[in-house]
Amino acid sequence: MALLELSNIHTYYGGIHALKGLTIKVEAGEVVTLIGSNGAGKSTTLKSICGQVKAKEGKVHFNGADITGKKPHDIAALGIAHVPEGRRIFSKLTVRENLEMGAFSVSDKRLVEEGIERAFHYFPRLKERISQKGGTMSGGEQQMLAIARGLMMKPKILMLDEPSMGLAPILVEQIFEIVKELNENGMTILLVEQNANQALSVAHRGYVIQTGQIILQDEAATLLQDPQVREAYLA
Amino acid sequence: MENMLQILPQVLVDGLTLGFMYAVVALGYTMVYGILEFINFSHGEIFMVGAFIGTEVLLIMDALGGLQGLNPFIALLMALVISMIITGMLGVGIERVAYRPLRNSPRLVPLISAIGVSFLLQDVVRFAEALHRDAFYLTGPILFPGKLDIGIAQIPTKALIVIVTAIVLMIVLSFFINKTKWGIAMRAVAQDQSTASLMTINVDKVIMLTFLIGSSLGGATGVLFAQNYGTIDPYIGFILGMKAFTAAVLGGIGNVRGAMVGGVLLGVIESLSGAYLGPLTNGAFGGEYKDVIAFSILILVLLFKPEGLFGEAVKEKV
Repeated sequence: MALLELSNIHTYYGGIHALKGLTIKVEAGEVVTLIGSNGAGKSTTLKSICGQVKAKEGKVHFNGADITGKKPHDIAALGIAHVPEGRRIFSKLTVRENLEMGAFSVSDKRLVEEGIERAFHYFPRLKERISQKGGTMSGGEQQMLAIARGLMMKPKILMLDEPSMGLAPILVEQIFEIVKELNENGMTILLVEQNANQALSVAHRGYVIQTGQIILQDEAATLLQDPQVREAYLA
Repeated sequence: MENMLQILPQVLVDGLTLGFMYAVVALGYTMVYGILEFINFSHGEIFMVGAFIGTEVLLIMDALGGLQGLNPFIALLMALVISMIITGMLGVGIERVAYRPLRNSPRLVPLISAIGVSFLLQDVVRFAEALHRDAFYLTGPILFPGKLDIGIAQIPTKALIVIVTAIVLMIVLSFFINKTKWGIAMRAVAQDQSTASLMTINVDKVIMLTFLIGSSLGGATGVLFAQNYGTIDPYIGFILGMKAFTAAVLGGIGNVRGAMVGGVLLGVIESLSGAYLGPLTNGAFGGEYKDVIAFSILILVLLFKPEGLFGEAVKEKV
């Protein structure tokens, strides 16, 4: 069984049928990307996994257990780190406090300190900003903090929602480099992106979502060459 | 004029005593507002219940002969701890029963529920006291009847007890909020509940904790109030609650430091106006206008600086 498996998920926002029978799979050790245009249902998919949105139909399985309908904090505690769209760092908390909150489920203080050191290894910039309030940092630094905060719980899977949004090209490169490095060190990653080119170049496999349905799925390299994908998302 | 200066130290001590009580009660309003954007109007009644519990504890100890020879500090500590535990649990219970089921309702609905809880608490206390003591007001033993002479004024010991206890409570609270894991989680939840839950933080638990702490602080202040003023009745929570709420708004509702400063400031302003309004206006306005001054401050703050002294300009949460 795959590490994460969504089968036939239907989600509604009020009267809007946002996800129409979505089925996706993420195997341990993979980078899987979900690409699609604005409003296609990418974020809703992640929210259905982490419990922020309740699926009306269908099942979510993680690590062999059915997690459908569980509360977000219980789902997160199973090892699912969700780095939400727009970063959502705690702007009035310091960088250090943000990281400590990421490790809320870790009770051993030594492990928390190790986690912070690990975060500094991936994001040396954060070390200089350690006692600064999160909200005073630049967009790129905030994105780094959001990812670092997600890693603090030592998750089994990291879900990134549009990490490249609003960042300068050089920062986008950096973020995707780190995604690659994290995966090489064993992290399973589910990456939601509008930036299909970048996403497909770091991913193993990809899904293309359109109005709440998966319309294409394949090896990332194959999708990069697919004429339909090229025209719709890589133009 | 000379006379006015002579009473100044006394007036300031009165103001600080009152102000520190406002400040600690204001913390309960501001902490709950910070997380739920909800004004817990029953908080004043929690304070009142705390006053009754503390006074009853002392009366019962006295009746059993336990107050004789007992160090008054230990007696006060016992009254405070018992009152804080019970009011803390009361606050948590009220949140569970009267607010949590309404959390996704329009804002007015939990507010009305809170007003209902206020009346309920007033009447339950009145009923219980009337049944048990044949009167609904209560006069407890005063543990610190003395006065401390500092040269320019004589400070009642009980006023010092109020101020010192309030300061200790505020220091402990500040440490908790700023330095402990659950305290930081409380601030995280105040900023962004849904993101906090992604960090495995149980938001309901943090809200419970907020009510537990806020209510026990309110209860502790009730004990201090009863010690300072002697006689209490089931209606003391209303006006004090309104003033503490004013203090919270003055400091910037949702802001812990603001509640502390706002409370002390309001107490001192109120005491000064109570003492000097009469002489300054040749008796046109007397000290009884002090409440008018307090609530005029509320109106002025709302008009000209709605975010309060320490608050940030309000952003609507999305």
